[in-house]
Amino acid sequence: MIDHSHDPSMERELDGNALAGMLETLFGSDMTAVPGRCAHCSTVNMVGAMRAYTGGPGAVLRCPACDEVVLRLVVTAEATYLDARGAAYLRLSRR
Amino acid sequence: MASPIAWRIATVGTIRDETPTVRSFTLGLPDWPGHRPGQHVDLRLTAEDGYSVERSYSIASEPERRGEIDLTVERIEDGEVSAFLHDVVEPGDRLEVRGPIGGYFVWEAPLGGPLLLVAGGSGVVPLMAILRHRRRTGSHVPTRLLSSSRHAEEIIYRDELDALAAAGDGLEVIHTLTRSQPTGWAGYARRIDDRMLAEVLEPLGVSARVYICGPTALVEVAANAMVRLGLPPDRVRTERFGPTGT
Amino acid sequence: MTERFVTRGFVGRRTQPGAGDVRDRIPPGQYLTTDFPVLSAGPTPRTPLDRWSFTIQGLVREPATWTWDQFMALENQEWVVDISCVTKWTKLDMRWRGVSVDTLLERVELDPTAAFVVAYSDGGYTTNLPLGDVLNGQAFVAWEYDGKPLAPEHGGPARLVVPARYFWKSAKWVRGLRVQAEDEPGFWETLGYHNRGDQWLEERYSGD
Repeated sequence: MIDHSHDPSMERELDGNALAGMLETLFGSDMTAVPGRCAHCSTVNMVGAMRAYTGGPGAVLRCPACDEVVLRLVVTAEATYLDARGAAYLRLSRR
Repeated sequence: MASPIAWRIATVGTIRDETPTVRSFTLGLPDWPGHRPGQHVDLRLTAEDGYSVERSYSIASEPERRGEIDLTVERIEDGEVSAFLHDVVEPGDRLEVRGPIGGYFVWEAPLGGPLLLVAGGSGVVPLMAILRHRRRTGSHVPTRLLSSSRHAEEIIYRDELDALAAAGDGLEVIHTLTRSQPTGWAGYARRIDDRMLAEVLEPLGVSARVYICGPTALVEVAANAMVRLGLPPDRVRTERFGPTGT
Repeated sequence: MTERFVTRGFVGRRTQPGAGDVRDRIPPGQYLTTDFPVLSAGPTPRTPLDRWSFTIQGLVREPATWTWDQFMALENQEWVVDISCVTKWTKLDMRWRGVSVDTLLERVELDPTAAFVVAYSDGGYTTNLPLGDVLNGQAFVAWEYDGKPLAPEHGGPARLVVPARYFWKSAKWVRGLRVQAEDEPGFWETLGYHNRGDQWLEERYSGD
């Protein structure tokens, strides 16, 4: 995990738990316990453990191992845009 | 049947001060489907002109309490929602909530232990749901809560934690007070760091399940320490609260 | 349509747009703020000044690059402008110091086919603008806010500022402009946000 503990601006950094409601609205079930594989570094982390940047035009989830973007989301009045190119996969359990 | 993520109207019941800046609200929700310890709700406030804000709050109460949930909210200076909850909300008021939400930061008794819970300030809230649930199920899994507060007067749930720890069912509560300590204090008196975590974890061992919740800085320090101490990443669950009073 | 539930006693902290004589300065749909919210898409980059540079490249005869010291030596001025973020906050009379993009473009010779710029930043963020939107005093690169060096969480060492557009076009941690013949939608423009972002026309989302 990249160590952000020394970075004073990381106070505003949240994690995938902060997007749980939005993601569940989108996918229909909890997404925080869903493992995702980072397309950049291939590390697998649950969405809840990914670093989240929110409050701006959209939400960005980044890999805790390499800081690259895994998921991006924008919610407009009409639609939700999801860019999942940064995720090599998301593993949604059927159980 | 309401979908699990639909908005519901809750009725505020009892309001209780936990500390000078932290308050608990019991919300009556007769059709509440139940929840898992560690989950949260989204709360939405809407003004007459349609302006609305949302915040997430961890559920403090155990799922064994049916038909109502507790939220414990710290009043953040300049906090738009927390100031409203503290200053305006009264018993009988109705609030919109959505949930229960979350599946990652969850512990239920069948998961077993040993269990290490690490809390910074109001990060103790979801961990309290876990401890209350643990007590209700009669679980004896070896459990330690390491809780960081600035001053003794700011320890949230202090009396209840003392009582849980005195029950003799394998729970120990360890406090660290980072800014001031009462006379005769023999406990930790500094911010959570690697050495403290290693000491607290030691009797539980590296097979422990770890839940860390609090301000982002504390969560980062603790999670990094767990990795360095050799715990598998999927046994360490984190929830960052962002800037808080601590 | 379902009635929206209204929370008793909740007003919210924003100032109504109709407040006093500043009403005309607040674009449609915006609320006035006195804060300076910090909103990011990623961790704050921390480029040391001795490794910082700014470059104009792309459809120019020769790229131009400035080190920090060279950048500081450029003709610069104070700018007092109003800023609007697409998340609905507007802040009036923000005071910056920086160099006009006109001054930077004077150092290069633009190809006749040059029509767009892409501003690119440390951390990978990009945003796009028509060349015409950054000329004639409409855009500057700022390194001071409110008389003090621009803080990293607000985009320091230097950021682009384009006051006539929603603030996502004012790229934080900017390191250069790439001049192009083709438009190239940036980080938010590729995910539902308006390609141009004029806050007076309320160009928030693509399709607006």
